Amino acid sequence: MEAQSLTLGAEESAWRRLKEAADRRPAVTALIILGVAVIVMVAAKGLHLVAQTGLNGLSLGAIYALGAVGLTLVYGILRLVNFAHGDFLTFGAYMAYLVNVTSGMPLAVGILFAMATTALLGVAFELVLWRPMRARRAGLLQLLLTSIGLALVIRSAIQWFWSTDVRLLDVNTTATVSFLGLRIGRMQLIVIAIGFVVIIAIGLMLSQTLLGKRMRALADDLDLAETAGVNTRRVIVYTWVFAGSLAGLAGVLDASVTALSPNFGFDLLLPIFAAVILGGIGDAYGALAGGMLLGLVTEWSTLFVDAKWKIGVGFVALIVALIVRPQGIFGRARTI
Amino acid sequence: MPAHDPSVILPLGLTLNFFTDTGFWSGVGVLAGIYALVALGLQLNVGYTGMTNFGAAGFMAVGAYAMAILVLKAGFSFWLSLPVAMLIAIGFGLLVGLPSLRLRADYFAIATIALAETVRIIAQNADSLTGGNQGLFCAEGGAGACYNDAWTNLSTTIEGWLQSLGWTNPESLAPLLIVVWLFVVGATLGLRFIQKSPWGRVLRAIREDEDAAEALGKHTFVYKLQSLAIAAAIGAFAGFFLALDLATVHPLDYEPLVTFFAYGVLVLGGLASYWGVLAGAVLFWTILEGTRFIGFGLDDTQIAALRFFIVGLALIVLMVFRPQGMFGKREEMVLGE
Repeated sequence: MEAQSLTLGAEESAWRRLKEAADRRPAVTALIILGVAVIVMVAAKGLHLVAQTGLNGLSLGAIYALGAVGLTLVYGILRLVNFAHGDFLTFGAYMAYLVNVTSGMPLAVGILFAMATTALLGVAFELVLWRPMRARRAGLLQLLLTSIGLALVIRSAIQWFWSTDVRLLDVNTTATVSFLGLRIGRMQLIVIAIGFVVIIAIGLMLSQTLLGKRMRALADDLDLAETAGVNTRRVIVYTWVFAGSLAGLAGVLDASVTALSPNFGFDLLLPIFAAVILGGIGDAYGALAGGMLLGLVTEWSTLFVDAKWKIGVGFVALIVALIVRPQGIFGRARTI
Repeated sequence: MPAHDPSVILPLGLTLNFFTDTGFWSGVGVLAGIYALVALGLQLNVGYTGMTNFGAAGFMAVGAYAMAILVLKAGFSFWLSLPVAMLIAIGFGLLVGLPSLRLRADYFAIATIALAETVRIIAQNADSLTGGNQGLFCAEGGAGACYNDAWTNLSTTIEGWLQSLGWTNPESLAPLLIVVWLFVVGATLGLRFIQKSPWGRVLRAIREDEDAAEALGKHTFVYKLQSLAIAAAIGAFAGFFLALDLATVHPLDYEPLVTFFAYGVLVLGGLASYWGVLAGAVLFWTILEGTRFIGFGLDDTQIAALRFFIVGLALIVLMVFRPQGMFGKREEMVLGE
């Protein structure tokens, strides 16, 4: 009896030590778990399938990451759970459609136009809506419902002009590229390339430039940043430019590998929220990592369950993250 | 007595016919009643307990699907399926609450909307149980039993009563309208009653300051769970009525949009006012259904877009200029922080 309880105690303390180590180094733990999962998948399904679905995961992950980084900064800085963020993606995609299909110009022009107009949209709402509401000391639910109203306004305006028909951008979706025995859509490869370049640029911007540091400082503690002499108003406007242009880009990228409809951005919103929460709300690097992780896991899930369920992966990840680790993978433990 | 008189046409292409169109008003009344029920549950959660529940559409979906599945697949009678489906919805409410109630209000909002969407995605994809994207419906030509057969019989009986009371040709929706609003008034009176009890006062204490309520020895978690369970039960009934109104249970009828519309009803009526919810529901649906009578030769998608636009704009304008709604009390309005 006594020996049994002793070994139990030893196991328990080993388990606790492991748990404490995991808590101290959450990012390393996440990487180890991911590595083990990949090895198990390769053993079960073979390297080829894992790599092939992994490629799809990278393209989806890039889209999630670009959508998530703006959402998380807006949340961190303004305490605004922006339900209209998904419709920013939709808006960007339709702006690209306007240039790329309606006017027949190249997609690259469409992307730039989408980023500029979506950034403008973000700034416009900051000036006419969010700034006055902050001045009125609007509460959390008030801001939340306003953003839902805004989401409906944007979506209905798009539906008014472009109807609910599913539309395609003028891109070659059938051309594929083969390498190392893997096949990937040319457009998908472009999405991955653009996504990675932009994500690295964002990372450098946030860590190296003064504006990036100020944004992160505001997201961390707005009052403290203001006391330290940061012009918060200006940084907030730049944050909307940042969030809007990246949302616009994410929208075009998603539309170029799938299709446009007035709802598609809102359907991406919950997985993007999941990425934000996985990365720790308000944490820009976390959102990038969370987005990539979620994209990979979503596509890898198709190896084991019917692809029709893959949209559920985002929801499950969201709920599990909220229950197990609401501060996110990289977040410091604090009361949520 | 539908009075389609083409001579009454206003300049902007608007017609005033709907004022005398009983078909229009019974349609509005049924929808208003259903959304009043959902918003009553939200009022309990948001207005009186301070919980930002965004999973209302999930409660309705669980109720409606459980009812239809119990009747169609498990051979339950319609009347027995109702309480059982309600219990299932309550179970779902508890399942939602147990992990997520400890979260802060903003996280709670995201968690509840995600759980409601999970229900919808399961409904959309578990084809053998829920009919998938076809939904559960009654086969044309009446082949086989339908989940609403028992209701159709009762509806005919009520129509008979209405005729004997002197309404020569009652609207087909009239019986549903009457039953829905009996439930709405019953739920309102019931909620007002428990709100005045010591239990209701604890809820308000939680809304004002949860830590203080906890410090006074109230187990706030249990109270919040109960608040959520009651909202789930009411939401299940809203789901039953929607299933009877539409004669089908379809995943697209339980999108997050339903929850957002219910919030529109809630904040239009006003936070912390149960009667306000009823007024909000009637006004909300009168305006929305009234858009059908707009002329200009708009097509259906544009009318639908216009309706969403009105709801969105109304939410923004209300939140900016009158967050307490029509009948809400400013001092009772705890909208976070």
